[in-house]
Amino acid sequence: MPDASFQVWRGDASGGSLKNYQVPIEEGMVVLDAMHWIQGHLAPDLAVRWNCKAAKCGSCSAEVNGKPSLMCKTRLARLDTTKPITWKPIKAFPILKDIVADVKWNYEVNKKIPAFKPREGTDWKYTQAEADRVQEFRKCIECFLCQNVCHVLRDHGQMEKFGGPRFFVRVAGLEMHPLDDGDRTALLKDQLGIGLCNITKCCTEVCPEDIHITDNAIIPLKERVVDRFYDPILRIWRALTGNKKS
Amino acid sequence: MTDRFETHEFDVIVVGAGGAGLRAAIEASAAGAKTAIICKSLLGKAHTVMAEGGIAAALANVDPQDSWEVHYVDTMKGGQMLNNWRMVQLHAQEAPERVRELERWGAVFDRTPDGRILQRAFGGHRYKRLAHVGDRTGLEMIRTLQDRGVHQGIEVFMECTVARLLKDGNRVTGAIAYWRENGRLVVFKAKAVVLATGGGGKIYKVTSNSWEYTGDGHGMGYEAGAELIDMEFFQFHPTGMVWPPGVMGLLVTEGVRGEGGILRNSAGERFMWKYLPEDKRKEYAENEQEARDWVEDTVAGRQPKSRRPPELSTRDNVARAIYTEVKEGRGSPHGGVFLDISYMPSERVIKKLPSMYHQFKDLADIDITKVPMEVGPTAHYMMGGLRVDAETGATTVPGLYAGGEVTGGMNGANRLGGNSLSDLIVHGRRAGAGGAAFAKTAPPPAVHDDQIFATERELTALFEGKGDDPYAIHRDLQATMDKNVGIFRTEAELLTALEKLKELKKRTAAVRVDGSRMYNPGWHLAWDLRHMLVVAEAITRAALERKESRGAHSRIDHSKMEAAFGKINLAVRKAGEQMEVKRTPVPEMPAELRKLFEEKK
Repeated sequence: MPDASFQVWRGDASGGSLKNYQVPIEEGMVVLDAMHWIQGHLAPDLAVRWNCKAAKCGSCSAEVNGKPSLMCKTRLARLDTTKPITWKPIKAFPILKDIVADVKWNYEVNKKIPAFKPREGTDWKYTQAEADRVQEFRKCIECFLCQNVCHVLRDHGQMEKFGGPRFFVRVAGLEMHPLDDGDRTALLKDQLGIGLCNITKCCTEVCPEDIHITDNAIIPLKERVVDRFYDPILRIWRALTGNKKS
Repeated sequence: MTDRFETHEFDVIVVGAGGAGLRAAIEASAAGAKTAIICKSLLGKAHTVMAEGGIAAALANVDPQDSWEVHYVDTMKGGQMLNNWRMVQLHAQEAPERVRELERWGAVFDRTPDGRILQRAFGGHRYKRLAHVGDRTGLEMIRTLQDRGVHQGIEVFMECTVARLLKDGNRVTGAIAYWRENGRLVVFKAKAVVLATGGGGKIYKVTSNSWEYTGDGHGMGYEAGAELIDMEFFQFHPTGMVWPPGVMGLLVTEGVRGEGGILRNSAGERFMWKYLPEDKRKEYAENEQEARDWVEDTVAGRQPKSRRPPELSTRDNVARAIYTEVKEGRGSPHGGVFLDISYMPSERVIKKLPSMYHQFKDLADIDITKVPMEVGPTAHYMMGGLRVDAETGATTVPGLYAGGEVTGGMNGANRLGGNSLSDLIVHGRRAGAGGAAFAKTAPPPAVHDDQIFATERELTALFEGKGDDPYAIHRDLQATMDKNVGIFRTEAELLTALEKLKELKKRTAAVRVDGSRMYNPGWHLAWDLRHMLVVAEAITRAALERKESRGAHSRIDHSKMEAAFGKINLAVRKAGEQMEVKRTPVPEMPAELRKLFEEKK
């Protein structure tokens, strides 16, 4: 079997560099398998996250040949193995060690989002079509690749002001739940800074779960914010009727 | 106490953040206990996330005849009557309410035509019973619980591995852990500790389990003096991927068969009919047409008038059937058999089994709507684990509680699909409540420096080892277990395994770790090996002792079920430096529950 050569970023917050590893290729191999081979034979202390190996847990996000991907889904057959394959941690977040980035910030953002609030007196019945709409958002495996490619976070580092696509998807899953009675529109505008998104769709393109993040989550949520805070006619209507949610 | 270490004090600490751990922590916290969760991975990545098929609960939304009594009988029969009857009863009675509770907390299950929670068929369940979300039910459960927990003030220590339990006399009073990020130690003082660490499938090479599944709770509980039961019963899921090599063992949900998937050998024969146990044969379809009618009715949401396909036999049975077909030369090109759902309309396959569709497409370049899958048995689930009190999840050691896969008793000799997710929320909740109740009256937890220092010394000494690296030892352990303690067992092979385990223990004592304490998977594995060796030895010793075949435990040299063993749970305990296996009586079922079996006949 031929070898592939991997240039793996090794280091920590204080700095590091690419190191070369030769890995024997087997048919059907994915990048994560190569990582396990390196760990098991050449670099036992190589830091990397993984859990399920089946694109269900979203742990093994990295940048392979510059492309943000899940390592468990990236088949070597689809890469040019005649050239060295570079392999780096996701860039938007601080590095802990090697391929492991510090993604704790995401968990802090999540805490800001108020939980599901069921409508009072509901009979808990709704259709599959209604379920489908939110199930798309609930498919999210929290790989944070969308956060990683979002230029508001990646290039501008607006972690203080912006929640990022992952959490718009999360809010969409709550707001569009057929039985939810919560109101997260002000949160979207003020704390999650949805206005900073200028719909370049990078998040949608990178999503391994094929969630239509921009079209199905972000744009409808942006519309809610606009209707609530910037539509003069609705503003008058609300003043007259006292109905805050319309 | 020394102030050299980061130290925290809680009423209840929960080790593990899968379904059982999260549900336990939510319950403990709701009961007013100051609660923390400690988990090896990031929150939301636990093994529960991989559960696919569904949560078994007699909601009776699809089959109105269903009831907790039928669920009870199915589970006991599935476990070959070795189960702890009270755990099974509570599970069957409480699962529906726990599922509805998930819905109230925001879970979005698939719906029936009239808008209620949809339920699907699964092996060994008499009625359609599994509440599900396509084939990603575990993700839905974990996200729902995670988000619920976030708003309840539970403190979460992520990527923090508990290395050892701390004791004050006979009582567990805390734990010592390390941050994976930097290797620094953390001391947790706790009035009660709940173990929810899942299983130990990483002792096998071909497994559906992730790196986390190293039997930590089994190992730490054992070392702390707790009793393990039913360790000889390890479930090999009949359908794991067999190709490509990197994903060998990865789970193919039983939902595929629930949705009409057919198993065939290389000759195209639908072989499962050959393997139905004689006493169960009448519960299954007699021919292709009847099986097909069942699928058609089920797909259309009608009450099937026919009996179910033979592929929906219990897991132990299907796994043995596939193993035998392959061994006798009727396997597929990559050493499995064929599982075919491609005869169904593509849109339906993609809608009902989306992650299976993507799993094969992305990982194997195979379109399951067009060609059959290749599947084979994979080490999946431990029926064995810590002996617990059915009501409270209390182990045999004061202050130590447990819920989920780390416990034994719930599933007896074999678990039915779907009963794991329901076990997590039913008994996870009970363990959390049990821990919190204990904490309410327990005196403050005292921890002792000598135990902490000893653990620190052992953890750091790993860097001074001169022996093999941990990965090599792990590979040899897996090869040993795959070869000698797999689906079919013999005394000779089990004895060979014990000899090899002795050697592996020696090699583990001298293990060599390279690098620093910063996020060092080699170092982590070197410690995890200790737990894995406990699990492997316990399984092997119990398998030797049970000289019969029952449920997931198949002895070639004792191929019959023996009535005497039907009254015995094997208990494994640490006695000095030796592992002791003891025969203990199966708890006796009360008369009113025994009656259920007569009525159903």
